[in-house]
Amino acid sequence: MSGHTSSYEPTSRWGKWWDERLPIARMMHGQFVDFPTPRNLNYMWTFGGILMFCLVAQIVTGIVLAMHYQPSDTAAFNSIEHIRRDVNYGWMIRSMHAVGASMFFVAVYIHMFRGLYYGSYKAPREVLWILGVLILLIMMATAFLGYTLPWGQMSFWGVTVITNLFSALDTIWDGLGTGIVEWLWGGYSVSGVTLNRFFSLHYLLPFVLTGVVILHIWALHVAGQNNPTGLDIKAPSETVPMHPYATSKDIVGLFVFIMLFAWIVFFAPDYLGHADNYIEANPLVTPPHIVPEWYFLPFYAILRAFTGSFLGIPLGSYAKLLGVLAMFASVFILAFTPWLDTSRVRSAKYRPWYKIAFWGFVFTCLALGYLGSKPAEGSYVMWAQIFTVLYFAFFFPILPLLGLYETPKPLPRSISESVLGEGGHAMPAGAAAAPEKR
Amino acid sequence: MTRHFLKASVLSACVLACTSVGTFAAGPAVEIEKVQWPFSGIRGQFDKAQLQRGFQVYKEVCAACHGLNRVYFRNLTQPGGPEFPEEAVKTLAAEWPNQITDGPNDEGAMFERPARLTDPIRGPYKNEKEARSVQNGAYPPDLSLITKARSVERHAHWTVHPFLMLGDIAKGYQEGGADYMHALLTGYVDAPADVTVGEGMYYNKAFPGHQLAMPSPLADGAVTYQDGTPETVENYSRDVTAFLSWAADPAHDQRKRIGWQVLLYLLVTTVLLYLGKKRIWANVKH
Repeated sequence: MSGHTSSYEPTSRWGKWWDERLPIARMMHGQFVDFPTPRNLNYMWTFGGILMFCLVAQIVTGIVLAMHYQPSDTAAFNSIEHIRRDVNYGWMIRSMHAVGASMFFVAVYIHMFRGLYYGSYKAPREVLWILGVLILLIMMATAFLGYTLPWGQMSFWGVTVITNLFSALDTIWDGLGTGIVEWLWGGYSVSGVTLNRFFSLHYLLPFVLTGVVILHIWALHVAGQNNPTGLDIKAPSETVPMHPYATSKDIVGLFVFIMLFAWIVFFAPDYLGHADNYIEANPLVTPPHIVPEWYFLPFYAILRAFTGSFLGIPLGSYAKLLGVLAMFASVFILAFTPWLDTSRVRSAKYRPWYKIAFWGFVFTCLALGYLGSKPAEGSYVMWAQIFTVLYFAFFFPILPLLGLYETPKPLPRSISESVLGEGGHAMPAGAAAAPEKR
Repeated sequence: MTRHFLKASVLSACVLACTSVGTFAAGPAVEIEKVQWPFSGIRGQFDKAQLQRGFQVYKEVCAACHGLNRVYFRNLTQPGGPEFPEEAVKTLAAEWPNQITDGPNDEGAMFERPARLTDPIRGPYKNEKEARSVQNGAYPPDLSLITKARSVERHAHWTVHPFLMLGDIAKGYQEGGADYMHALLTGYVDAPADVTVGEGMYYNKAFPGHQLAMPSPLADGAVTYQDGTPETVENYSRDVTAFLSWAADPAHDQRKRIGWQVLLYLLVTTVLLYLGKKRIWANVKH
């Protein structure tokens, strides 16, 4: 794919003039019009485009909201109500932004599970995958900062709990954690100062995110897209130009996604939020259950799984620190997936055991999400601990061991064969290297 | 992918069935009745007559203690709300007992003046401190957002929970707060024999902890309706809850109306895009 040259030919004098000076149209044409895409991509591959839409939608609605929002502890909550009640269509813009954050995570999680299922993280796409993990981290930071801005009860107490996590570092070096927490807060507690800086960072990070997304797309266009068979492209006939083929499919997927988006915006705008966030922040009243937004629940469950003892192992004063480390590790471990997976076959389609492990992992994530929404007491704690172990077990030792002991199903010789059946195109010499045989 | 998903669902279902059922069973919960509101679900809209009656209940009963500070008198005339005539609301504002503190005037002093259309609907207390001192330490909250700031916890076995969630999204269930309000207003019953109700507290079956500082505010016949609606606690409660639901979400009717237009547009466009995609891919095996 890296060798792909644009077939762009400027037709007007204006076009030629630009092409000799800044060939941006040539680049765009080569990367987004005649760029070769595998012909066998399914609808799971439309989520890249959907995510691009989410990012742009969040930035546009966010800029409009920022025109009416006031980042101060006395005015923030009132300004959100002002937006909901008095700004023309403010209720709609605000819902689109709040629901949009959730939809962004829906799409990114599906996108990542797709990558895991079809082995899209494997060589030569490791950097592409790691950039994706970085995007997830920036998204999480942005969403977390954004959730503080309405300055409701859940905003305030959510920030208090999560920023307080850093104080666990006191276990390593006395005063280190507390120092970091006070530095983040800009004081000795969460206050209007904290809100101000979080607003500033919440406005900044999406543009950092955009930069990393550009690198992600660049890396994608060097290696080319993976496909449901996980096989490399061996002949130009196995690809179709991005436009109109991939684009026509992408836009169908996008519109189905937007329908779900619109359904929630117009018919269930508060469903994904929490009622307590319609109560203005009050440092003197703690809500009975402090829960983060749904997309953080699995990580929250991992954090809280480390209580005084973990499955019978006493943790003592290290419980909090271990919980924090486990929570961060649960995201960072994704970056190592390309090297933890030792199988030479990419797609789960041809990996019978991996397929079971994959769906077990999906179930584990959903179970952790459910447990994260429940109070940390009774049997919930034990189950959170069991599923935390299963979460990490998927990456190690299951991924490395599967690659060594699993016998993959026979692979088709090429994408053409898988698409066209037995009577497929004749293979170029040496193409049938049978990568499933080690 | 779909086929894999089905397989996985079956697999998960088996796992669910095998693991110890009942370990996640929900704790004892008060059953909050799900009311069929005129504004329930994906197609519901506010009933103007009900909002007008609800405002009357708020004015004659709730306003004695609770403010409605995020709602302005002008909102009462706007489409999608109670839609009182403007002249009537001007008079209402001018006669509202809780006046507006304005100023400073040319002498530098703050002064009280009657409310106008552009003023918020004030409660009787200047601030929380005054409210608590008058109310024996209790604080009657502002009611502008009360139906959104309350919800009903959904209790279900963990195997059923995902379907409950999907069902709520599909049905556009957003009336948990209203259901709770109604349950609270109609939930004053005699305390069970084994419960000692604290001094200045009242027993309510819907309130978390069952004891609250607000006495039962409604009684049959307390408010005289003009339109012949039976003057019962049940009706007062429904009407004032509907009014407060509007107060918390004044764009509600417009939101659902636009929602259907948007979805119709999206549906037609999606079908056309899909047909276009089929046409484009017609001669490409994939």
